[in-house]
Order: sequence, then structure tokens, then C-alpha cells
Amino acid sequence: MKFTESSFKGRNLTLWRGDRCLFQNLGFTLGNSEWMHVMGGNGSGKTTLLRVLCGLSMAESGDILWNDRRIDRSRFDYHSSMIYMGHLEGLKGDMNPEENLRFHYQLRDKQAGERIEMAIERMGLQRCRTLSCRYLSAGQRRRAALARFLVSQATLWILDEPFANLDVKGRELVEEIVSEHLEKGGMAILAAHHDMQISSGTEVPVELS
Amino acid sequence: MQTPGLVDSALALLVRDLKLGYRRLGELANPLVFFLVVATLFPLATSPEKELLMEIGPGIVWVAALLSSVLALDTLYRSDMDDGTLEQMALSPQPLAWLLLIKTIAHWLVSGLPLVILAPLVAQAFFLPADAMPAMVASLALGTPTLSLIGSIGAALTAGLRRGGALVAMLVLPLSMPILIFGARATDLAMDGLDVTGPLNLLAAIMFLALSLGPIAAAAAIRVSLD
Repeated sequence: MKFTESSFKGRNLTLWRGDRCLFQNLGFTLGNSEWMHVMGGNGSGKTTLLRVLCGLSMAESGDILWNDRRIDRSRFDYHSSMIYMGHLEGLKGDMNPEENLRFHYQLRDKQAGERIEMAIERMGLQRCRTLSCRYLSAGQRRRAALARFLVSQATLWILDEPFANLDVKGRELVEEIVSEHLEKGGMAILAAHHDMQISSGTEVPVELS
Repeated sequence: MQTPGLVDSALALLVRDLKLGYRRLGELANPLVFFLVVATLFPLATSPEKELLMEIGPGIVWVAALLSSVLALDTLYRSDMDDGTLEQMALSPQPLAWLLLIKTIAHWLVSGLPLVILAPLVAQAFFLPADAMPAMVASLALGTPTLSLIGSIGAALTAGLRRGGALVAMLVLPLSMPILIFGARATDLAMDGLDVTGPLNLLAAIMFLALSLGPIAAAAAIRVSLD
């Protein structure tokens, strides 16, 4: 499967938190097979920028455009084509990884059924598929949340610190699936304060200070 | 990729919330026990005379129902907010107002409906005549959904706060007064053998108003809370 041609742009984005300016006149353009690497130390506003790009927070000024339409004017189109994972995994503690994954796609994609099976296996969650997420380790929870990306057919992936709590194998797996996604023509936005080994696609660095 | 329709997504969310409710039965039982306890406190504090209890009975059932529904509000969005599932819902292609309406309905099914069912039991203890019972149950069946819908706005506004409990009560209780007035009035009228269609119609009208506008306000509030 190849992704259709799309574009994701930010223009003149400015956001203040209190008396601190997190970013000012930030602009970027992301096309197929490009990934944005949001860098910066702790507290530099990486998470906030990602939430603005998702449409969860509002920038004070500036536009975010998905296929040249403002995302707040075309919420359905934009949210059908993106998937986000933040610091909160979005897993219900009283449901197991499989139930969580199924519910996530019951709101998004009717044909996700068989891909869910595959995602659970690839993320190495076979052994804990019937355990409530409450009993999983932080790393396993992260894997359960990342399984969503394997099921997804969204063009734009937004991941906030995807490596948090993951072991070495988990990190390699994330790099691998992001690379595959970019190879198919997808886009990704990753916030991380360290280097990433993404083997395909073009990196668009954004440094926050 | 084929996006599920409104009905499919509603069913999925309803099933999820009821399943989660079932897995946390203890949490759900709290507001109901609270309802029973508050209602039993009044005869202890006033007097157990039949005439007095009959007089204040309908009002007490309604006040207890109102307080219990406010107490239950904390469970409406709190856990979904804390674990990030609400954020994921806001980022789904489904309309947020629709999802919140379904969540509120699921919440009413586990917190409001049991009140409607328990109320005759409490009313019995207040010597409410049997022929006033249908009017009281009907008024609760029409009023408690409205309480949940109005409460949903309050809960959405305070979902981002660490301690929103008392604030929700202050936001929601004043708005619930009309429901309390018409609800208790319907039972009063029925006890006197009068026609109750007036207050019941008004309760139904308020319910439909809350049903149509409440979720939109709640969705706007949730977006603010998520920011």
C-alpha cells in the first residue's frame, strides 16, 4: 500500500506559556516520506508543539494546514489521516491490550480487524493479551499503545518520546516501523531529545530552545 | 480505510463504558448507597411522624437523587481524562459532542437508572401513597437524564483540574434547580390526586433541551480542559 500525496504545513506558529515564548514564527513543510525531528531539552516545549500540531491545543497565532486546509476547519479529514501518541498511553487499565486496540479502531476504521492480530504479535504482546493493562509494566503499556500505529493506515504519525520506557529491542522496533511507514510514503513527527536511526525518508529537523 | 458511522461508534463506546462500569461495580455502588443514606438521615434528624414524613418525602427523594447524581459525576470523565483515552477520542474522526453524549447516556444507565428503580423503595419508607408512585418514578425518569446532561457540562469543565469535586457541585446544583422544583412538584400534585401532566411535560421539555445543547457545550468544555 502506498500513501496518496499529502502535505502538512505550519505557518508562523507562535505560542507563549506565561511570560515564556515556546516558539515564535515557526514554519515547516512536510511532504510524503519526510519526517520531522522535534529536538530540544526538557521543558523546551516539544510536547506542547506536538499537541498544537494535533489540534489539541491552540497556537496563539499561525495556521496549521493539512492538504492546504486549516486543520480546525477540516477536523474530520485531518483526524482521519493522523494518529497520535503522547505521554499518556490512552489505554484503559481495566481492559486488556487487545480490547483497547479494538475499541480504538471501532471509532476509526471498520476494516482494522485482522491487522490487530498482526500488530499484537509484532509488538510482542501475545503473552499479555488477556491481562488488564493495569497489570502491565510501563514498557509493555508503551508497546500496547504503539501497536495502534501498526494497525493504522493514517498518513501522519505523531509520536511524543516514543522511546520512553522501551528496552533496546523495543527502540529498534519503533525505528523499524517508522522507517517502513516512511518508505510507503507516510509522514512522521517525532519528538525526542536524542538521535534516532530512521533508515528511510528525509529528516526535517526542528530545534526548540 | 472506512470510517465507522455514528451508530457503530456509539454502540462501541456504549459497550465499552458499560463493560468498564461492570468491572468497577464498587465505584458505581457508592452514589446509590449515598442516595439511600441521605434519604434515611432526614427522619432521624426531624421526626418519624407519618404526617411530617409524607409531607417532606417527595422533596427528600429528589434532593437525595440530585446530590447522588452530582456525586457520581466525578466518575464521568475523570478516568478517561487521566489515562489519555479522552484525548484519543477527541482526535478520532467522530464528532466529540456525539461521543460525549453517548458517554453521558452510559453514565446515566449506571448511575441514574438505578436511582429511578430504587426511589419507590425509599418513597415507601416515607409513607408515599401507592397511587403517587407512578408520578414520582416518571418525574425521576425524566429528570435524572437532565441532571446527567447538565452535570456532564460541569464535569467536562472541571475534568482538567486535580480536585474538581466541590467545584462541580457549585456549577451544577444551581442549574439543576428547575428540575428539582418540577420533579418534587409532580409528586406533590399526585399525592393530592391532581393532574401531573404539567410538571412532567416541563421536565420532558428541559430534558430535550439538555439533550440537544448539552453535548455541544460539554464538547467545547472538554476541548478547553484538554488544552
